[in-house]
Parts: sequence; structure tokens; C-alpha cells
Amino acid sequence: MSEKKQDALLNVRDLRVYFPIRKGLMKRVVGHVHAVENVSFSVRAREVFALVGESGCGKSTTGSAILRLIEPTGGQVFFKGDDLGKLTDEEMRLKRRDMQFIFQNPYSSLNPRMNVWKLLSEPLKVHFNLTPQELRERVEDMLRLIGMTPDQLERYPHQFSGGQKQRISIARALITHPSFVVADEPVSALDVSIQAQILNLMMELQQEMELSMIFISHDLNVVRHISNSVGVMYLGSIMETGDTEEVYRHPAHPYTQALLSAVPSHDPLHKSRHIVLEGDVPNPASPPSGCPFHTRCGRCTKECTETRPQLTEIAPRHFAACHHLK
Amino acid sequence: MKTKSKPVKNRSLPGNESVLRQLWHDPMGRAGMIGVCLVILMAVFAPVIAQYDVAKMNARAKLTGPSAQFWFGTDHFGRDVFSRIVYGARVSLEVGIVAVGIAAGFGYLLGMIAGFFEGRVETIIMMVMDVIFAFPSILLALFIVSALGPSIINTMIAIGIVNIPVFTRTVRASVKTVKSTDYIANARSIGLKKMSILFKHVTPNVLAPFTVQATLALSGAILTEASMSFLGLGIQPPNPSWGSMLSDARKYMERAPWLVLFPALFIIMTILSFNILGDALRDVLDPKLKL
Repeated sequence: MSEKKQDALLNVRDLRVYFPIRKGLMKRVVGHVHAVENVSFSVRAREVFALVGESGCGKSTTGSAILRLIEPTGGQVFFKGDDLGKLTDEEMRLKRRDMQFIFQNPYSSLNPRMNVWKLLSEPLKVHFNLTPQELRERVEDMLRLIGMTPDQLERYPHQFSGGQKQRISIARALITHPSFVVADEPVSALDVSIQAQILNLMMELQQEMELSMIFISHDLNVVRHISNSVGVMYLGSIMETGDTEEVYRHPAHPYTQALLSAVPSHDPLHKSRHIVLEGDVPNPASPPSGCPFHTRCGRCTKECTETRPQLTEIAPRHFAACHHLK
Repeated sequence: MKTKSKPVKNRSLPGNESVLRQLWHDPMGRAGMIGVCLVILMAVFAPVIAQYDVAKMNARAKLTGPSAQFWFGTDHFGRDVFSRIVYGARVSLEVGIVAVGIAAGFGYLLGMIAGFFEGRVETIIMMVMDVIFAFPSILLALFIVSALGPSIINTMIAIGIVNIPVFTRTVRASVKTVKSTDYIANARSIGLKKMSILFKHVTPNVLAPFTVQATLALSGAILTEASMSFLGLGIQPPNPSWGSMLSDARKYMERAPWLVLFPALFIIMTILSFNILGDALRDVLDPKLKL
């Protein structure tokens, strides 16, 4: 375990994010939405770790909380040995050179009043002292990497297509050469025809720049394609985590099994048993007792409603949180 | 590349030059621009345009109608109405610009602070603004002037104070909207300093509604000045003001209708021009904006 800790670039320990619910004239706090509940995982250098789950399960919040774009309520995040929660705002600001965020929607995440040159040179100006010559070179190098040309530097975001916008957005995040990025559903706002292009670009860049990445997605096929390891989230908690192929081949948790059974197969002769989940996701403001999944699980027993299962290793590097795996 | 064939570069995100060009291409914008320019020219070149001294009385030419000698006739002191109207434009614009300057300056600052820092500061600022806002503006302006004493400077200050809440609200609302956008989160994730985010990302996106509000507030300020002068608590005689000219003319309205007609006409045309310009500016800067 200690050896694993050392080669991990990012270590998330019991991360919690609660949002207060305020009501009434005095804005009294009447409860909390448990968006992220005791999430722990680690990301090794040059690894792509995927967070999957349905909408509202807290995967984006987890990503934002790791980078302190949302302040976590509890838990720790270690990045290259530093406890990010202990850094001052200014120290964290400087750290952002090395850890960046790629936003979901390129239509809204690029300032409409800045042209490509400004968008790409801004991160460099914040974190480096470059001569105008060097600045120009770095920006043009980055443009080439994302498959665009320097004559597009003067243009504004609205003059580009969605795919091009996301390329610019990726370039803006990667231009400071971070070693770690969180990509929050970077292709879900794009046309299906463009998604593959952007995914391939991201994989190329990840290889070339030796990036570690947290890839947030609800698309199971995309996750299998891009990631080395995966964490399956449900109602703010990780239910199962492990190497991607291992989890996809031998899903252990009933929730993961249900998710994977819903993926359309390419093989028409392949007979899959569809597991249909009944009911809705419980309200994260009042999460169920015991296992968060017990309200919809076909294998629910008395134990499940009372005690919360912990992540346990069921195979090498493969963890799941379920009482039925002992 | 579809965009290459477009003749106008960056149409919807223009620099200052193309804002003016776009205004000119819009019929309403053009009308507003012409009207506003005429008033400004009149004010700037008042000494050249006016043939008579505004305060010079002429006992032999009391209440004469419009003629070749006195284009807009003369008032009950025999003063030339045309000259007084030309100089009145100066007063109106001066009061309008200085008052809106005060209102916009303080309003912008307070709105920025309230919107950007939120929390208790915002609550206090907005409470004070709501109190000011709750008074009818003319009444409040009259109150301030009667406290400070009637003079042109105090009129400007009073109208300025009355208009601060509108600017504070406009700026605060747009700061809050901009602050919740993804591109501000993006700027944070890049590692920008708070102040850089405020000046480089928030400010440019707040400027559009602010500019529109300033144009519209100008017409309001000019109208308030005219109303206050009409009530005798604005510009003091013998300085010519359209409002006080109207007030003076009341007694002679039946014998000398031109005394009412021309100042009223100029007030209407000026207000209308500024309003039309403001509306057109809103359409050009941001069609989604509603003020």
C-alpha cells in the first residue's frame, strides 16, 4: 500500500462536499446536499482515471473539489505530496499551473470577448515570464498541436464550430504544460461526429505531454476507450474501482453490472441480460441509510439497509463496496 | 471557413469603431445619433449660433412673435428665445453629463463591490440603494437641493445621487450573471488573480449594459433638470434653462404661445434622441439585453 502511495501523483482521501440548503428569510441552513461522500482514489503518473456515473451522482463536483474550484467540506487531496487543502489561496493559485481543468461546454467556458490569442496567451502570462517572442512561439506550438493555424489567432470564439472551440479550450488548459488535468465531460456538449476527433486529440496529447488525467463521463464506451482505470460513482460515493478492463470484464458491484448491461453491444448475436433498475436515484439531501444503492438493488438484504459497505479488494487492484462479495 | 467571406469582421463583438458604424446602419440609431449630435453641436457652438446676449433685456421688443430678427420670438423681458434655447442646451448637457457621471461612477463602484464580494457588504449596499430608490426621484432631488441650496452644482449633485441606485442595480445584476458563467470558473481554474478576473473578464462583459444605462440615464437627468428648473429649484435666473423658460412662459402662454412651444419642443427632441440612441445602442451591444 505504501509503495502505491508513492508512485501516485494524486491521492484523494475521504473527499466530502456538502452543499448547504438554506431556507426562509434569515437564510437558515436546514440541511445539506451530500454531493460527494467519502470519495477516495489515487491517480498514478501518466494514467487516465475515469469517473463514471449517471447525472447528479457527484462526479463533476468531485473533479471541481479536487482542484478547489469548489471548496471541499472535508477530506484531503494530495498532489505530488502536497496537501492541497492546506495551501493558501495564493499557493493554490500558483499550483494551478500544474493542474488544470477542461470544461464540459466550450460554448460557455470561453470568454466571448477574448480572441484566440488572448485566450491562449493569458495562462502563460499568469504563470511565466516570457518575452513576446517566446510567448508567440509557445502559443503557435500549442495551436499546431491542436490542429489549428496561426491565422486563426485573431478570431473570437463565436466564429468557431463547437469542435474547434473545444480544441481551443483544451489548448488553454494544456498550454502551461500541466502534469495533471481534470476533464469534465469534455465531449458531451459536442456532436457525435465530432466527439471521436476530440477524444483522439485528447489521447494523443495525453501521450505526448505525459499527462495524468481524471476523465469524467457518463459514456461507458468512451470510458473504456480512453481510460486505464475507472471509478463508478453512485449518489456521491465510489461503488467500484479498478483497472478499466478488469472492471468491464468482471463487474462485481450490482450497480456496475446494471450500468454495463445497458451498454448496447456491437455484436447482434451477443445475448445480454438487461438489468433494469427500478425507481429513481434517492435525494442526496437525505441519503438512504446503509448502502446508498440499497433502495434500487435487486440483492438488497437487511444488512444492506443498516451498515454501509466499505470498498474492499476483491481482486488485485479491484475494489468494490458491497456486502455480497465476501 | 464560412466566416472568411463575411465583409464585416467581428460583427457582433466589435471595437468602438464598428459600434458607431452599426449604429449608423440602424435607422433608429442613426436618428438618435443625429439628434444627439445636433444638441451637442448647439451646446458647443452656442456663442457662434446665438445672435443675442441671453440676459440682455429689450423693453421695446417684449413678447414679439417669431420673425426674421428674433427667430423664436422674444419673452416678457424682450430676451431672444432662440439664443436662450441655444444656451439652454449647454446647461442641459452640462447637468446631464455631470449628474450621470456622478451616478455612473458611484453606481458602478458600488455595484461592482456588491456583486463581486457579495455577503454582508452586498446586503448593506443594496438596502441603502433600495431606500434611495423608494423615493420619487424628483421629490428626492428637490429635497437634496433645498437642503444644499439651489445652484447649478447642487442640481447636478442632486440628480446624480438620485440616479445612483439604477446604476448600482444594473452593474450588480450583470456582475452576478457574469460571475456565475463558466468562463469565470475557467479563469479561476487557469490561476488568474482575483483582480485580474475582475478587470479582464468581468468588467468587459458588464460594460455593455452599463453603457446603455448611461445613455438612457442622460435623458432622464436632462428631464429631471428641466422639471426642477420649472419648479424653481434648479438653474437660477438669469441663466437660461429649458425648464425655467417653460416656467416663466406659463403666465404668457395665451398671448405668446411660442414661449412654451420652443423650449418644450427642444426638451422633447433631446430626450427622444437620447432614448432612441440608448435603445439602438442596446440592440447593437447585446440584443439579449433588456433594461
